[in-house]
Amino acid sequence: MNVTVPLPKQQTPAEQGLSIVDCDIHPAPKVVDELFPFMAKRWQEHLKTFGSHVRQGLSDGLAHPRMTPDVARVDAWPDDGSTPGSDPAFMKRHHLDANGVEYGILIPLGRSGSHQRNLEYGAALCSAVNDWQISKYCEFDNRIRASITATQEDTAAAVAEINKRAKDKRFVQVLIPPRAVEPLGKRRYWPIYEAAVANKLPVGLHLGGMGGHPSTGSGMGSYYIEEHTSNVQTMQGLITSLVIEGVFEAFPDLQMVLIEGGFAWEPALNWRMDKHWKNFKAEVPHLKRAPSEYSKQHIRFTTQPIEEPEKQGDLRQIIDWVGVDRLMFSTDYPHWDFDDPRYALNSAGLSVAEKQKIMSGNAKALYGLQ
Amino acid sequence: MARHVVAAVGEIAEGERKLVTIEGRNIGIFNVEGEYYALLNRCPHAGAELCRGFIVGFADSDEPGHYKLDRKGEFLRCPWHGWEFDIRTGQSWFDPKVRTRAYKTSVEKGAELQKGPYVAETFAVKVEENYIVIEI
Amino acid sequence: MSRQAATGADARPAGTGLFRGEAIDCDVHVAVPSMKVFAPYLNDYWREAVTTRGLDRHNMNITGQAANAPINARPDWRPKQGNPGTDLPTLQNQLDTFGTKYAILNCMYGAQALHHEDMAAAFCSAINDWIAREWLDKDARLRASIVLPIQNPQNCVKEIEKRAGDKRFVQVLVPAMGEMTLGRRYYWPIYEACEKYDLPVGVHAGSTYRFAPASVGWFSYAFEDYVSQAGAFENQLLSLVAEGVFSKFPALKVVFMESGFAWLPPFLWRANKTWRGVRAETPWVKQEPALIIREHVRVTLQPVDAPIDGGALERTIEQIGSDDMLLFSTDFPHWHFDGLDALPETLSAALRKKILIDNPLATYSRLREHAPGRIDPCEMGSQPHGS
Repeated sequence: MNVTVPLPKQQTPAEQGLSIVDCDIHPAPKVVDELFPFMAKRWQEHLKTFGSHVRQGLSDGLAHPRMTPDVARVDAWPDDGSTPGSDPAFMKRHHLDANGVEYGILIPLGRSGSHQRNLEYGAALCSAVNDWQISKYCEFDNRIRASITATQEDTAAAVAEINKRAKDKRFVQVLIPPRAVEPLGKRRYWPIYEAAVANKLPVGLHLGGMGGHPSTGSGMGSYYIEEHTSNVQTMQGLITSLVIEGVFEAFPDLQMVLIEGGFAWEPALNWRMDKHWKNFKAEVPHLKRAPSEYSKQHIRFTTQPIEEPEKQGDLRQIIDWVGVDRLMFSTDYPHWDFDDPRYALNSAGLSVAEKQKIMSGNAKALYGLQ
Repeated sequence: MARHVVAAVGEIAEGERKLVTIEGRNIGIFNVEGEYYALLNRCPHAGAELCRGFIVGFADSDEPGHYKLDRKGEFLRCPWHGWEFDIRTGQSWFDPKVRTRAYKTSVEKGAELQKGPYVAETFAVKVEENYIVIEI
Repeated sequence: MSRQAATGADARPAGTGLFRGEAIDCDVHVAVPSMKVFAPYLNDYWREAVTTRGLDRHNMNITGQAANAPINARPDWRPKQGNPGTDLPTLQNQLDTFGTKYAILNCMYGAQALHHEDMAAAFCSAINDWIAREWLDKDARLRASIVLPIQNPQNCVKEIEKRAGDKRFVQVLVPAMGEMTLGRRYYWPIYEACEKYDLPVGVHAGSTYRFAPASVGWFSYAFEDYVSQAGAFENQLLSLVAEGVFSKFPALKVVFMESGFAWLPPFLWRANKTWRGVRAETPWVKQEPALIIREHVRVTLQPVDAPIDGGALERTIEQIGSDDMLLFSTDFPHWHFDGLDALPETLSAALRKKILIDNPLATYSRLREHAPGRIDPCEMGSQPHGS
């Protein structure tokens, strides 16, 4: 007979007196028609006639099929069988209420205008998704906050969209994907950062994107395990670009949030950048400080999928290296690699005050959630 | 220890499950090839409702590019993180602690992987006349 | 010049230098001074092409390896004339200083980046001939990696078979980024040959730039490309594991060179975590990736990319979870450290010894064979192929 090792029942954070801000919740349309009230007739017709035109082989799915339907928790399907994340009432009951979420931030991924090669269509889709978040979710439950989706390849449209939405305080950040046509540190994208700073909005970068570059410097991996893990290297490339291209020299008030990339890899990246900066200073004279200083000052991370080190104490060590103030809790609901607020941080050896910062304090301060 | 009737025989078809609550505990009852097993409906990894996961076979391989599915219907895949548990024993099927060279030899189908440190809690199930009974 | 006269080591008694002849330097670079050096090793077709097509006008220099960039040569390791790594006495002086028993030469050369696979095969073969003749023959401490024409696995196998008899070639050399992820079955004939001839697969920082060096696209600066090499190694590591290379070739060793290693622990954790969730996708992967990697993969020391002071380096090495993985390297003539600080003194004496000599000997079985017989490939009757 095996020794039974049940997981001890854990109090919810609310029961522990902790509040939660979930920085990564994925909404979804039940049917695409939901977006039509927010799209000009011309783009509704375009969507129905031509669909999605992107830089990958499959127009409506991902070319590395996931291991669960809709990449979701198997238990996150609403009773009517509609897509996980698409039923606000179910989401409220199943996640926001059940897990005691004080604020939840929407990260819309499906039907993203950011991926579209037709830039006008992309801009129309982004704008529709922004209206739809407010109408369908934020007005249903006042704990829910939205992200301004913008098409990074058409910066004029993106800036206009940011300026249009910023007045509505339910939008708490600008959202663009890390995998764009060029690395996001490049100057072509700087107008977006300028607009974000002008509107006092952080820029959220949720893993993914369809910039047309393969997931590795040697092409695409074969398997989903490679694709899922490559999100880490994408985030490393993103920081490398943002820091070394000088984005934070140009925008000293810019704050960025890297969403769903984990964070345990960041100390090693910082060490590597700092070490080799010595040899490359002459190539990047616009950097006035060690690369890690920019990263630490301007970049935060959502926690999921939280790393699970092999040895007790290593997660604590990593958090010490990264800094408690830079981590913001996220679940990734309703996706399969969900982190449960009851358990995700338990092995980190955090004090109550530290845990509270990561669970909600840091996000409340950054996003101005009262 | 109290005995609880959780289902009538025939109520849970082969390959199916029933979720019940007994004395505040959520439990899944499974019919695997005519035998009944019960597991606590909480994944020992991260607390998911384990018993809502897909009932699956054990994916195995003799070499890269070769796929086979053994022990059909005998495993439960956690609905969140996909960890696989043997419905009969609650045993998870990997082990980060023990170093193994297991892929050189084959022991029992589906058993090449070292048993993991996590075990889902199991309960004794009996069939008494026409009822499935669980003792807690 | 006689072999005796050219060998600086002969002037210095054995057991001298910093490590008293007890160090194996697993990443030392030599550079091709000019394509003229290949003339004796190319057949008529390719020798003529060098001139008539002007191939020699740019010497196939690799993007990101500008000879004058500070990272590519320590000031005191730059020869008085010519590019870093082209000069034997400078290297010999370095070997004397460190007390190196063996040094493994890696020649990173643009032949691996050509699109013409037969041209690549001809030039890689010439490079290997040139390494044997102009380096290995001239200093008994030198060993080398077989530069593979990675564009075509069949050509790689031919080159491996051609060199396998010369035990001074101790591994094969491929760049960290190429046309496909390294685990893909397309490359398996190479791994089969490597396993057969006891040759680890050496993967060295660098790219043939078939794709942007990272999924985010083409960076502006060489600095960014260099930083992103670590991510490329992470991708390749998971490819090798997920594709089942180590399931298919259980005796195969892979050595990552000039990769850094501070990225390893979080990578291992993440790979384990994801594998637990999606194991069924690649059912031939029967152990956690970290266990497979610790058994099959080795990493050269320089550049040490965790801070040496403050405990981070020791913690990183603890987190790697194996004393067997690190192999000593100076990465000569590249500039990662100054003076004699090649091997951090904060590491324990036992670990330093493992890194310096035990791990390299365990990794490279060909180094364990005493006085390896020199077999000149030309004497074996092989001819440069590709015409």
